[in-house]
Amino acid sequence: MSVDNADMLGITPSLRGRDRRALPGRDTVLGMYHRMMLIRRFEEVAEDMFRQARMRGALHFYIGEEASGVGVCAALRDSDFITSTHRGHGHCIAKGGHVDRMMAELFGRSTGYCGGKGGSMHIADLDIGILGANGIVGAGIPIAAGAGLGSKLRGEDAVTACFFGDGAGPTGAFHEGVNFAAVQKLPVIYVCENNQYGMATRADQANAGPSIAGRGDAYGIPGVVVDGQDVIAVYEAASEAVARARAGAGPTLIESFTYRYKGHTVHDMAGYRSREELDEWMQRDPIYRFRTELTDFAGIAAEELDAIDAEVEAEVEGAVEFAESSPFPDVTAIEEDVYAS
Amino acid sequence: MAIAQPTAVEAGQSSDRQIYFNQALNEALDEELARDERVFVLGEEIGVWGGAYKVTADLLDKYGPERIVDTPISEALIAGAAVGAAITGSRPVAEFMYQDFMGIAMDQIVNQAAKNRYMFGGKATLPIVYRASTGAGVGNAAQHTQSLEAWFTHVPGLKVVSPSNPYDAKGLLKSAIRDDNVVCFFEHKALYGSRGPVPTGEYLIPLGQAKVVRGGDAATIVTYSRQVNFALEAAEQLSGEGTEVEVIDLRTLYPLDVETVLASVRKTNRAMVVHEAVRFGGFGGEIAAQIGELAFDYLDAPVKRLGAKHSPVPFSETLEMGSFPSVADIAAGVRDLLRGV
Repeated sequence: MSVDNADMLGITPSLRGRDRRALPGRDTVLGMYHRMMLIRRFEEVAEDMFRQARMRGALHFYIGEEASGVGVCAALRDSDFITSTHRGHGHCIAKGGHVDRMMAELFGRSTGYCGGKGGSMHIADLDIGILGANGIVGAGIPIAAGAGLGSKLRGEDAVTACFFGDGAGPTGAFHEGVNFAAVQKLPVIYVCENNQYGMATRADQANAGPSIAGRGDAYGIPGVVVDGQDVIAVYEAASEAVARARAGAGPTLIESFTYRYKGHTVHDMAGYRSREELDEWMQRDPIYRFRTELTDFAGIAAEELDAIDAEVEAEVEGAVEFAESSPFPDVTAIEEDVYAS
Repeated sequence: MAIAQPTAVEAGQSSDRQIYFNQALNEALDEELARDERVFVLGEEIGVWGGAYKVTADLLDKYGPERIVDTPISEALIAGAAVGAAITGSRPVAEFMYQDFMGIAMDQIVNQAAKNRYMFGGKATLPIVYRASTGAGVGNAAQHTQSLEAWFTHVPGLKVVSPSNPYDAKGLLKSAIRDDNVVCFFEHKALYGSRGPVPTGEYLIPLGQAKVVRGGDAATIVTYSRQVNFALEAAEQLSGEGTEVEVIDLRTLYPLDVETVLASVRKTNRAMVVHEAVRFGGFGGEIAAQIGELAFDYLDAPVKRLGAKHSPVPFSETLEMGSFPSVADIAAGVRDLLRGV
């Protein structure tokens, strides 16, 4: 799906020339900006650490997609749940994850979220409803249905937001999970982050039909296409879906059109796409657009945003220091945590 | 094979009452559903139908559709919804109509349920029971009859239980439901219609404890599930020949109670492992290896293994019955073991 096609699907046009619009409250927008910047700088620094061989493993970068995760999570409460993907750093930060413990996990240290047992693809923070990143494409879709089923059964009003990519669109788990959530009217919002590629395969070569959101019709649930580079548009779509889910009206399928600036993994130079295509998407950079909107239309001083940027730098720098000064786990831990005692 | 219809337990029945295997399982579910409101049951046709083998009969009327959740034919959803519900605080008991169908759900069982606790550094708790009917001998042919327990014993993070009689079935299922781990609970379909003594009062049988079900000093038969009954019958025949064999019902395959096995082998000096699963790569190999490693000096003969022939389970009765160990095969196996062949 190219940008032109995305525009044809009714995605909001670029900020330039657009009418001024109402924004959420000041704390909310500043919080969104902070988390978007934190995702970007966390990953840029993580990539740098990897290139310097200070960490190992597989990293899947979310850079370019920040508005998507942040817009959705801004519509959630701390007590709500998310399921994430292999490209999960952004979701974790967007839901309030701590970058020091995330970075320590990437470094494989005992102070990491998983004590070094999970790594980049398996970070979870159950205290704030992050049910885990996931190395299996599509696997979070049935799990989110189950989280919604559990909430309903326990009489809790939590909503589960399930992130997945265009690569999960063709999986059987997608159909089984979304179908059941719709049948049972579960409090789940399904967020397909269509970043245009599953590894090197274009989304439209893997998914039949004009859009993934369009499948909502087949399940009798709303299917919503949103500009994933516009954090406010994502936030508004997610807020509506969350309200619907919390009211017991069942799931919504949101398709957020976005783009990953980096390759599939840290090892992928993305030779399967053109420089022009990347440039075109970068013209619509979610952080730049949001910053411009905040300064030009919302009366937020650039200095205030600069201060947030500086805060983010300090957080990420602190995270690296925390990680690198933390010990590696002892080998005696290998067979611990397999079973609950 | 006639499937037993569970009947209401009459008040004041004595402790020597005889009930069916599926009725014992039904009582276990009923008692645990009544005891803990976090417990719920999900699966295909478990509500109105009462389960393919009537294990969940009448539970829908008693507990309602919120706790007796009929799912579509979506095995990945069943397994995954159990993960999502468990990790957020519920205690699901998921039924797979046939163990053969778990192939469709293996990602959720193996990559999600079994690993979440470990990957997340020990912070997630997943109290899940995955129940399934197993086993051959009833003319269901190759896709409804397998004994695939070794698939599951090989995965760290799973416990595996396979009872042989109604008394154990009830006590073990209640323990499995109260366990904070993922327990795969395998019920031989030819046992559902078998009867045995089950007391009216509540009792538990701990996971991980084998049981010596017949004493003897000539040889040790280590087995589980339906083959326990065959082994006891063979032992009776051998007794008529003056040979007293000890029969051990493992009941739980993981964690394995190897001490009970070793104590017997140290006494009898000869061991034979019997299971209905295909012999090659079967769980019997693990038991034989452990006996060899831990009791080699006590052995007067190599550990013998009996299991199914290397084929899918065939349909025609002569073929099916010839494909897995019979009472005669077990008796002959013991005679060979005693002769050292």
